[in-house]
Amino acid sequence: MTGITIAGGTGPAGRGGTGRATKAPPLRPQNRQLAILLVLLLVAIPLPLILPSAQGAVAVRILIFLLMAVGWNIMSGFGGMFSFGHAAYFGLGAYTSAYLLVEHGVSPWIGMLAGMAVAAGVAVVIGYFAFRYKLQGAYFALATFAFAEMLRLIVTSTEFTNKAVGFSVPLIQGSSLWKIQFAADSPAYFWIALALAGLAGAASILFLHSRSGRYVTAIRDDELAAASLGTPVMRHKLMTVALSAAITAVAGAFYTQYYLFVNPDLAFGSSVSIQAIATVVIGGIGTVWGPVVGAIIVGSLSDVTATLLRTPPDFLNFLQGRSGLDVALYAILLILIVRLLPKGIVGTAMARWRR
Amino acid sequence: MSNIGNQKGAALAPDAEAPGAASPRGKAPHPLRAALGGGGNAAILKRVAIIGGALVIAIAVALLKSGSGLVVWQSVVTGLLMGGLYGLIAMGLTLIFGVLDIVNFAHGALLAVAMFIAFGVVQGTGLHPYLTLLVAVPALFLIGGVVHRGLLSGTGGGSLENQLLITLGLSLLLENGLLMFFGAEPKTVTLPGDFQFGLFGAVVTGARLYAFVGALLLGALLFWLLRRTRFGTAIRAVAANGPGAELVGINVRRIHTLTFAIGTACAGAAAVLAAPLITVTPTLGEQFNITAFVVVVLGGMGNVGGALVGGLLIGLVEQLTTIYMDGQSSLLGVFVVFVVVLFLRPQGLFGRRA
Amino acid sequence: MTILNVTGVGKDFRGLRALSEVEFEVGQGEILGIIGPNGAGKTTLFNVICGALAPDTGRVLFAGRDVTGRSPDRIARAGMVRTFQLMRPFGSMSVLENVSLAAQHERQPARRLRERSLEVVERVGLGQWAHRPATELPTAGLKRLELARALAMRPKVLLLDEVLAGLVPAEREPVLDLLADLREQDGTTLLFIEHIMAAVMRLSDRVLVLDQGRVLAAGSAEEVTSDPRVIEAYLGEEPAGAEG
Repeated sequence: MTGITIAGGTGPAGRGGTGRATKAPPLRPQNRQLAILLVLLLVAIPLPLILPSAQGAVAVRILIFLLMAVGWNIMSGFGGMFSFGHAAYFGLGAYTSAYLLVEHGVSPWIGMLAGMAVAAGVAVVIGYFAFRYKLQGAYFALATFAFAEMLRLIVTSTEFTNKAVGFSVPLIQGSSLWKIQFAADSPAYFWIALALAGLAGAASILFLHSRSGRYVTAIRDDELAAASLGTPVMRHKLMTVALSAAITAVAGAFYTQYYLFVNPDLAFGSSVSIQAIATVVIGGIGTVWGPVVGAIIVGSLSDVTATLLRTPPDFLNFLQGRSGLDVALYAILLILIVRLLPKGIVGTAMARWRR
Repeated sequence: MSNIGNQKGAALAPDAEAPGAASPRGKAPHPLRAALGGGGNAAILKRVAIIGGALVIAIAVALLKSGSGLVVWQSVVTGLLMGGLYGLIAMGLTLIFGVLDIVNFAHGALLAVAMFIAFGVVQGTGLHPYLTLLVAVPALFLIGGVVHRGLLSGTGGGSLENQLLITLGLSLLLENGLLMFFGAEPKTVTLPGDFQFGLFGAVVTGARLYAFVGALLLGALLFWLLRRTRFGTAIRAVAANGPGAELVGINVRRIHTLTFAIGTACAGAAAVLAAPLITVTPTLGEQFNITAFVVVVLGGMGNVGGALVGGLLIGLVEQLTTIYMDGQSSLLGVFVVFVVVLFLRPQGLFGRRA
Repeated sequence: MTILNVTGVGKDFRGLRALSEVEFEVGQGEILGIIGPNGAGKTTLFNVICGALAPDTGRVLFAGRDVTGRSPDRIARAGMVRTFQLMRPFGSMSVLENVSLAAQHERQPARRLRERSLEVVERVGLGQWAHRPATELPTAGLKRLELARALAMRPKVLLLDEVLAGLVPAEREPVLDLLADLREQDGTTLLFIEHIMAAVMRLSDRVLVLDQGRVLAAGSAEEVTSDPRVIEAYLGEEPAGAEG
């Protein structure tokens, strides 16, 4: 590339950039984000030793939410393909590992990998048809929603998956890392979940800054322009969907191990999809840290309400023994965030900070 | 016809009738055409023949599977009667989509709210269940208006995703609000003086029949409103071309609010009619919501007449699936139809390909 | 040597004839201007050539290979790249990222990709904007960005849809120089849709006139502008070359 260049003159007014002008940030964003992730992980490691054991369960729940949220954010936030049916992938992860463990005694670690593969495979098939037939907007939302519901119904009515009963993880004597089973209040659950969430976070950061991540960002911004510049649209959309589904499947597989039980509603219910969505929307769609902030908020909400209802103030007395308050609260939070801070907490904070 | 389709989703726009092409008063469109959404007569006959043929095959398979004509006949009758209700629910949903471009995820939850209103009024005052229409329909109309004004219009309700999220959040809120106030125990609304009669061997209850007839009447009323009143013309004008409607002096925001209110009022009416047929729980909306989505896609998004026909078809599919699957998960067949239609005919059974 | 061969291309939009029986050839290294009144089908023709629209009839041969109905991304990677009349930047990316997206198809080390992208950015004169968000660019800058992204693909054939529109005369000159240089230095074949006749006259080896979806005339700029049919087609339009 030699020859004539167009002379400057359109430089940013008043910035006084000369020559090679504006400098790139000192640390590449990818490395900066990975460094922050590492610090967060290091800070989190001693938590279960400090927190009272009741809070330990909340911390694990937050990490499960985080895994789901990171998965959903890759497809819907980075990729702009808004999924209303991530329960499908959470459920496939949960059921694949539960089935392999209960029926064949396979380690949940292997089950988790199998679940990731199954979820990614199903996601690619669904995605292929949805993109092939150019489902967009409301149609895409309905299609993703419908597939999750369909899986729920199929699992509910299939002998092979124990119908509505689901699977209970067989208890073993003592604890075993290979079987991911420990005493109920063991910090090991937290550390495993933390490691998985850390890996998922790192995967999401690396993906965002990879070749494929750049392609997908471009496709989200303007699909036709991206295609006209040679972006292999279908391939990278499918890769995104597959990665997103695989991470969400990890959440499902770990969920089963932690709660020792899974049934069609817990795994494939639309509330699972909604949890994934609400977590990211509250935290900030398409941001790296949005899922973290969202998971901390949504994951601890039910604990906050439970504490509140244990000794309710007078005007809330009628709620004693009733469920629903926690979900109602995050529904309100979801609506408020969408109305007032459509970029979510992290997205809005970042926009402020830049200005 | 009465396809108040949307042209903004250009890739999949169902054929929308230009507002100017509305048939003049007094010269009614052919009733079948009115129901099936335009196209040439031959094309319509062909489509009806294909759908009819598919139905005949489906019924024949059901006959083979169950081995009892009576069982299948009962299913067909029950399916059609229930389908009328699905049609009414879906008409509200499709109206909202056609005019406002919003897929209202809270439609089912609003239906549940209306059922609890009916339940509460019947419990509290001992009123005849059907008389609660006088409470539930205006209440839902009001709620719909408030929801639109408060949550969906103006900035922040902007993008499609935001609107989906808001209605999704609303459905969660309503569902869990009901759960908090009424608890999870199922409730029933009994119809005083309910009766049964035989229809060529099939058992039909009065409640089902009333619900079906009521749904058809209300559907006809909505149809009349859209086709034969100035208000309806304004709605169709906004659906076809919002900015254009604004230019000719229509208050688009007002029409949007009223349309949303009418759409939710349809759910309210359907809820009262359906209340005596089912057990009332806070989460029952989910099931109805899913069914209504399918009906809307089947009938063509934004096509009010299509929604009614789609409702009847889905009612049948649901009952026939119960036969195929030995009594399990009637919704599965509904989903299969849904996915096939979504991918192969996203414009619905009665729309033309864009 | 012919690099692009369009034969019998027709395209209908719901009964509206946008293109019919369009035929022409472009030689390697040639610069072909495409003119015609508004609604003549110029952009539709680009869409068909680059795969954004599949034609109803006819074929598009690129370097001897049939690319009719191929997906736009494959055609672009094969070396035929277009720009858009309405600028379509990737809004969440910086100027440099916009360009490196187009440059990243061939595997290369990150450093090399960055250098190459910067080179292109500077070649179109956006050096000082490289790390700013693309959405902050003024119209003229966005036009250059469109061009830069296309150049980063190292196209064999470049299709430009009104790159000069919206630029003041002083901004046009350097773009025209760049385009001329592109052919000299890189041997790029150019097809450009343009309303500004002075630019068409100066740059094009041949001119193709479209009217109502048909090829009305083809030939040198002088031949075409003196063709009575062309003059008639333009009657009622603003006088050629008058806009700016």
